[in-house]
This record gives sequence, C-alpha cells and structure tokens, in this order.
Amino acid sequence: MPQFTDILFFGLAGLVLLFGLLTVANPFSRNPVTSAMFLVLTIVSLAGLYVLLHAFFLAAIQVLVYAGAVMVLFLFVIMLLDLKEEEHRRLKSGILAVGSLAVVAFVGILLTTLLKAKPTASAVAGRLVEGDTVKLGTLLFENWLLPFEILSVLLLVAMVGVILLTKKDLK
Amino acid sequence: MEFLQYLSPATQFVLFSALKIFAVFGVVMTAVAYAVLVERKVSAWIQNRVGPNRTAPFFINYLPVIGPFLVRLGIFQPMADGLKFLLKEDFTPNYVRKVYFWIAPAITVIPALMTVAVIPFGSTLGTEKMVIADLNVGILYTFGIVSLGVYGIVLAGYGSNSKYPFLGSIRSSAQMISYEIAMGMSVIPIFLLAGSLNLGDIIRYQAEHGWMILKQPVAFVIFLIAAFAETNRLPFDLPESESELVGGYHTEYSSMKFALFFLGEYANMIASSAMMVTLFCGGWTLPFVTALSTPSSSILIGLLHIGVFFAKMALFMILFIWVRWMLPRFRYDQLMDIGWRRFIPAALINIVVTALVVAFLHD
Amino acid sequence: MVFFKYSLQDPKLHLPQAGYEAKVKKMDSQLNQYLPVLMLLLVTSGFAVSTLIISVAAGKLGRRTKTKDIPYECGMLPEGEGNSRMSVKFYLVALLFVLFDIEVVFMYPWAVTYKKLLETDATLALGGMLSFMFILLVGYVYALKKRAFDWKS
Repeated sequence: MPQFTDILFFGLAGLVLLFGLLTVANPFSRNPVTSAMFLVLTIVSLAGLYVLLHAFFLAAIQVLVYAGAVMVLFLFVIMLLDLKEEEHRRLKSGILAVGSLAVVAFVGILLTTLLKAKPTASAVAGRLVEGDTVKLGTLLFENWLLPFEILSVLLLVAMVGVILLTKKDLK
Repeated sequence: MEFLQYLSPATQFVLFSALKIFAVFGVVMTAVAYAVLVERKVSAWIQNRVGPNRTAPFFINYLPVIGPFLVRLGIFQPMADGLKFLLKEDFTPNYVRKVYFWIAPAITVIPALMTVAVIPFGSTLGTEKMVIADLNVGILYTFGIVSLGVYGIVLAGYGSNSKYPFLGSIRSSAQMISYEIAMGMSVIPIFLLAGSLNLGDIIRYQAEHGWMILKQPVAFVIFLIAAFAETNRLPFDLPESESELVGGYHTEYSSMKFALFFLGEYANMIASSAMMVTLFCGGWTLPFVTALSTPSSSILIGLLHIGVFFAKMALFMILFIWVRWMLPRFRYDQLMDIGWRRFIPAALINIVVTALVVAFLHD
Repeated sequence: MVFFKYSLQDPKLHLPQAGYEAKVKKMDSQLNQYLPVLMLLLVTSGFAVSTLIISVAAGKLGRRTKTKDIPYECGMLPEGEGNSRMSVKFYLVALLFVLFDIEVVFMYPWAVTYKKLLETDATLALGGMLSFMFILLVGYVYALKKRAFDWKS
C-alpha cells in the first residue's frame, strides 16, 4: 500500500508539471498575466515538494522570495510594459526549433546525471538531513562563509544595476 | 473520551486537527463580524454619535430588560450585515476580465485566513497543543503566506479593468512590499534573543526572561507600524483613500465579493494582532503568576490561557480601530519615505546593537 | 521507476543506521505538522469558493443596463484603457524589494544560530554578518544618494 507521503509526492509533482506546462503553453489564454499566475502556482507546488523532502526552511523561503517577491516583480513588469501585442504574436518556426532543441538538450543532461548518480533509497538515506534553520545557519557560517560574502557583493551589483537602469536621467 | 483509545494515533491527530481548524475558523469569523461592529461603535463614540442601535430580530421584544439592551449595543447588526451581503445583487460588469475578477476576492481571503495556523492561541487542553500547526519555521510560514496576499489585490485591480481599481491596487502592492522588508527586519532581534523561529519557543523564552516589548521596544514600534501598513489600515489606507480613488481596488465589486475583501482586511488585522501578542507580549502567558505562565494538564487553566491570549488580542484590535479614527492619512511620498528611509536603517541598527549586546553581555 | 524510489520515506526500505529510525521518527513529527496546513488550505479555499457561489445563487437578480456596464469614474464617461501604463518607480521599488528580501532571508538562519555560533567562534558569527550587512549598506546608501526612494519628484 502506498504511503500518504508518496501520494502527495506524485500529486504535487503532477501539479508542478501541469502548472509549468500551462505557464508556457496555455491553450486557453495567451495573456502574460495568466502565465505569471501559473508560474506562481508552480512555485508554490514546488514548495510542497520541498516540505516532503524535509527541507522546511527552503520551502518557506521558496514561497517568501519566489512566489512573494520575484513574481510580484514579474507582474509589475508585465503591467509596466503593457504587453498587449504578446497576446496576438505567433510562434515563428525558427524560434520553435531552437526552443525545442534547448528543451531536448536540458532533458538529456538531466537524465544522464540522474542515471549516473543512481539515486537509490539507501544512498539517499545515508545522507538524510533535516533542512531546518539551525543546521542551515551553522553550515552557512562554518563551511560556506566565503560564498555567502560574495553573494552580498552580487546583491550590491544588482542593486547598483537597477538604480542605473531606472534613474538614467539623474546625474 | 473513552472512544479515543480505539482510534489509531494518525486518526486522532487528523480528528483533533480538524477540530482545532474549525474552532479557529469559527472564532476568526465571529471576531471579524464583531470587529466591524466594534469599529462602528468606537467611531461613533469618538465622533459623538450613537452607532448601530436598532437592528433587532422579531423575538427580542419578548425579553424584558436584556433584549433592548442588546439591541442598543448593536449585537444583531453583524448578522444583518452578513445577510444583506448575501442577498445583494452580485454584479459582474461586462468590461472586466472575468476570471481574475472572480478569483481575486478568493485569493485575498485564503492567505488572510491561513496565516493564523502557526499562532499558539493557548498552551494545552489536556494533552493537545493549542496551535493548528506547530511548525519550526513558524514566522517564516506567516511571512510567506502574507506575501501571497499581494496577488489578490494586484489581480483585483487588473481584473477590474478600470482606472481607480488599477491605481489602487498598484499603490497597495507597492506599499505592502515596501513594509514587508521593514517587518521582516524588525523581528530578527527577537530570534537573536530566543534562538528559534518556532513561536512556541519564543513564548517560552518570554515566560522565562520577560516580554519582548520591554527588551525590543524599537522592534515593536517598527512591527506595529508596518502591521498597519500591511493591513492597509489608516493612516496607511492610501489604496482605498475614498477622496482620491473612491474605493481603490474594490471599487467595481459588489455583494459577497466585496465582503470577501472586507473579511480579508479584518482577518489580516486579527492575524497581525495575534502575531504581535505572540512575538512581543508573551502570548498566552501572564507575568508574576506561575500557574498562568506554564502549560498545565488542568483543563481550566488551559482555558484560562486561551482567555488571556484573546484578551491581549482584543486590546490590539481596539488599538487598530482607535488609531483609524484618530489619525489623518499619509501622503504617498511620506509613506514610501517612512518605509524605505526611516524603518530600514532603524531596523538594521537595532539588529546590530542587539547582536553586539548578546555577544558582549551574554544575555 | 528507479528515479522515484528515493522519495519513499519508509525506514524499513533503508539500510539500518545508528539512530536512524529515531531520526526519521523525529523528522516525520515535523512533517506531520504540515498536514493541518493542508487541511486548513482546503477549508479556507472551500469557504471562499462556496461563498462566491452562494452569493450568486442567493443574490438579487438585477437588470443589466447600459450605464451599469460603464466603469465607475465618478459620473464621467471613461476614456482610454482601463489599465494604463504605470510609473517606472514601481518597478524600481519591486526590484529593490526582491534584493532586500533576499538579504533578510539570509539573516534568519544567522539569527537563529547566533548564540550557538558565539560559543564556537564569536568573530565568525559577528564579523561574518557585519561584513555582509556592510556591503549591502553601501548599496543602500548608493540608492539613497541616487534618490531611488524619493517619490516627490
């Protein structure tokens, strides 16, 4: 008999795939806002998968940062640009070919990595850790301090870039 | 309680969770209804009026003294309001984007009602913890769900396809995200002191070391003001400032769809009051009374804890309502100025000072 | 189906490890706490959907008139699009929000482990975060100087 968590896993994984598909190829609507909203749903379902993997902190952050911040930015950009012509645009065959090539390449890389890694139950069980906040904080400050500091520089660069782009007129 | 031992632990867990969910849901709904009444009564008293005092069901005349008294208090007003919302015409204009127009109220109300899940509204009743979900990420769950509330407002404005709602929703979402930063930063000193994100642990810390409001007054002030901005209440109610934008993002809504926005606003108020009680005012504990600050197996004391929690929460609700009728509205540039140029540096300094104090004074 | 096997959290499947079963049990107790969240989600969405349906079913049926179908603009006849373009300032606010949000997110694990880190390495605990904050403060001051938070102009 399958466990309840397994049912949830397959349910959520199915939802992620469905919403992801609806984000890029929605047969009912070509509205960019609809795509953005389905992306939000994809992100939230992914957070559910993280919970099932015991990555509770990551799940909360996924909702807080991606669904709550990045996607709000996306919505703002869509409304800012007022993308009306996007609804009428047709797919060009060249773009379609390049796009599908990229998808095939990505799936290929993913499959070969997975096959090489052979993620069997026992291999994963040996490294079973709870993704709680305390462990993450300890790891971050004891093992990964340098990447963490570099990340702050990255954020600084992004901040400067944003201001330069939007405040061009100011000296 | 004999039959409980025949159930498996999993069934018991689901059963008790369902009971708690329905109890909390019922309490929040009632609290929303009566918060509206209190709002109207308080505004009436502040403005030297009487407020709702004549809604009465037909049987009330048979009660001698108490009947007219309840009517004068307006006890039946929320029921009449709720019924009226249901019976009004639910109009969907033909210029709106129908799907978004319909789901926006639902998206507003669902996160608002889900934020209460992690709040410990009591210690224990018997052996059952009085919290719907005792999550270790605690407050991050709340912040995550609250941040999803923005979509309801953005989509309401976008779906209405009309100028006032659009302007209102853009203003509102920019305001909410601006104050989310200040809110998120203001609570970090609490975790520096308590060493956990779990709200139960934070209450335990406060029971032992004293309330956070005394240790972190700056954090409390920032959180309180940010909570006003997050719930779009005066003095931060620019999204629906009636003199500029009519009703903001719910201008085009009618009937129960409008009521759902209203419910969302009040549910957010309740959730942030509960959060402030939990984070800063010791949750269900009372200082100086040992029996009331430790979990107990006695049902009576368990109920008392719940009572203490709701009393504290009611005080914060009254503060929310009181402020609304006392202060004028901010201008939009002032609002952004407070959020970005005042609160963020203040919260950062607060974090650094707390970290230094913890490091050198070994608090 | 080899890909999905590792998602099964059944301890009997795995190699017995020291304290492994106890660990799984402790972890699952936290996972179990998310079940009420799912239940609450179902209850609240059920409530929201049923209210929307009941409202239409129970509400008064009115006539659809021409004036009712005009967007409300205080009696003026609306001109142009309902959703006009918005100011670029909102975009700036949203982007800065994302950046600061990421910064705040990194403070949570630090804050929670701070007392523990102090015992092992105090300079690392304090200095690590202070330097992180300082670099971001530079960005904040830059934004201030460039008047990114100025809404009057």
